[in-house]
Amino acid sequence: MVNVPWTAKLALRALKANKMRTLLTMLGIIIGVAAVIAMLAVGTGATRKITEQISTMGSNLLIVLPGSTTSGGIRMGAGTQPTLTAGDAQAISTEAPAVDAVAPVLSGTAQVVYGHQNWSTGIVGTTPAMLTVRDWPLAEGRGFTRADVRNATKVCLLGQTVVDNLFGDEDPVGKDIRIQNLPFTVIGVLAVKGQSVMGQDQDDTIMIPLTTAQTKLFGTAFPGMIRIMLVKAKSTGELDNAQTQITDILRQRHHIGPKQDDDFTVRNLTQIMKTAEQSTKIMTLLLGAIASVSLLVGGIGIMNIMLVSITERTREIGIRMAIGAKTWDIRFQFLMEAFIMSMIGGIGGIIIGMSGSAVLSRIAGWPAVVSPFSIFLAFGFSGAVGIFFGFYPAYKASLLNPIDALRYE
Amino acid sequence: MALIEVDKISKTYTLGDVEVNALRGVSLTIGKGEFVSIMGASGSGKSTFMNILGCLDKPTGGRYLLDGVDISGLDRDELAEIRNGKIGFVFQGFNLLPRTQAIENVELPMFYKGVPAAKRTERARAALSMVGLEDRAKHYPNQLSGGQQQRVAIARALVNEAPIILADEPTGNLDTKTSVEIMDLFRHLNAENGITIILVTHEPDIAEWSRRTIRFMDGQLMSDEERTERHG
Ligand SMILES: Nc1ncnc2c1ncn2[C@@H]1O[C@H](COP(=O)(O)OP(=O)(O)O)[C@@H](O)[C@H]1O
Ligand SMILES: [Mg+2]
Repeated sequence: MVNVPWTAKLALRALKANKMRTLLTMLGIIIGVAAVIAMLAVGTGATRKITEQISTMGSNLLIVLPGSTTSGGIRMGAGTQPTLTAGDAQAISTEAPAVDAVAPVLSGTAQVVYGHQNWSTGIVGTTPAMLTVRDWPLAEGRGFTRADVRNATKVCLLGQTVVDNLFGDEDPVGKDIRIQNLPFTVIGVLAVKGQSVMGQDQDDTIMIPLTTAQTKLFGTAFPGMIRIMLVKAKSTGELDNAQTQITDILRQRHHIGPKQDDDFTVRNLTQIMKTAEQSTKIMTLLLGAIASVSLLVGGIGIMNIMLVSITERTREIGIRMAIGAKTWDIRFQFLMEAFIMSMIGGIGGIIIGMSGSAVLSRIAGWPAVVSPFSIFLAFGFSGAVGIFFGFYPAYKASLLNPIDALRYE
Repeated sequence: MALIEVDKISKTYTLGDVEVNALRGVSLTIGKGEFVSIMGASGSGKSTFMNILGCLDKPTGGRYLLDGVDISGLDRDELAEIRNGKIGFVFQGFNLLPRTQAIENVELPMFYKGVPAAKRTERARAALSMVGLEDRAKHYPNQLSGGQQQRVAIARALVNEAPIILADEPTGNLDTKTSVEIMDLFRHLNAENGITIILVTHEPDIAEWSRRTIRFMDGQLMSDEERTERHG
């Protein structure tokens, strides 16, 4: 029969009697818990951010860049040679069964004017397939059609950032803006996407028909030339097939012999991002594991101090035994001291860990997410550390011979 | 049936190769309500005997029956229960818990017994007033004189209504005047409350307060005398 509040009161008194020692012992736990909390928070924040960005990018995405990764034995950056055309894009979308949609892109930067406002932004010449490929709905208005692409009409879709800078609160749909002095009619507004994985504002963009970009804005040396294409596979399982089919089609269309290298590069964006996400998760676990080592060290500190304390208080233990304390009365008393130290240390560590992760997130530039789970984990861990490392000293104390303990000098 | 029945008990300490026979076959009985003093030279085994009577230690040989129960068959926790409920200890060095108020020291045995809170305070106050310290309840041991500390220790020994008080040189650290006060308190507890008191002393003046004096020599009983005339 153990009296819990009384034992807790007793333990607090014993801890208060040695304030400095208690504080230093708790410091081990505080640092351990704070480190675990901060590491998990920063890691979880990074993972969450990448996950969010992946979802804004569009799913099952492949990107086709012009230029080979190797050229005549010399490694070249992809995208250095102008080899892709709108015809390639058309061929892939009709001939590759694993492909859902293809969006060719010819992009550049241009000055945009509406009334007295002007803004410099990225102009993306593409086809209606772009909205499907990027899973990008419209907030307002309509998208452009194949007819718009065929006829190179001067219509455009605005990203939210462009709307904010040119129109403020005004409704842009139906208005005319000037892109490099050419009048374009705004027919729709794109839904907000936020930042990309690279940290770019994806809403700072204007979409226009591909042909309009090719003929009126960014005149190119080869007719029908595009910069890149974005390809959406039918499903995640079809990504590999899509990649093979695209390669086959492009090699054939570009007349590349069996011994020759590709003059284009296909990258599986989704997989790259998934890999990044996965490694961030592993990183988080690793950081957490390293941080929990310091928690372990804190636990050893508690054990050490409890052993010292029990030696110092042997006589007290003897007195308690002489007046009737049983094995578990003594054991529980010292376990309670270790437990309280580690729990208070744990709470302190959570507070410091949370403020620490707020600072870290500012420095690192991504959100730190202190999940209820990690707080629960830290709490549970510090309690467990207290009980685990407190048990041996408490056990030792409880088995002292009463008469030897009483006589201890 | 005698309260305490000791039959040829012995205690041997082994220190490396050396064996110390602290007690060698001591037999005696002590009845309810007796006031016994134990005398003898230093090292004659008085404390060893008291510790065995108090269930703090077990004899290496012989039999000890307390209230008819053979102590040798009991485990740690059963012995703790006996110390808690049947025996009140008073030590030469007081042995109060430091940084713990007088009343909390007195309450301690009741915590280990599981006495409910309201009763605890009430009984602790009663015990303190019995030893004349009701106005010192909130004092810490280092704020009390030696005599006062020993009174608190006696109050602690009384509080679970133990039928036996074992006192090993309770006046050893006290001056004569205070010693007399403490002995008067013991006599009162013996006469009025019927508590069996066994105390160790090497001062004949102190032994005079008891009604029976047992002498130890080299771990054996040397004499066991009843006193007819009362101290006064
Ligand atoms: N824990 C112990 N270990 C070894 N010898 C002991 C121990 N306790 C007492 N003794 C020995 O037992 C004998 C009796 O001691 P004790 O009972 O303390 O005597 P008293 O109280 O009469 O002075 C002494 O010789 C003492 O040295
Ligand atoms: Mg002695």
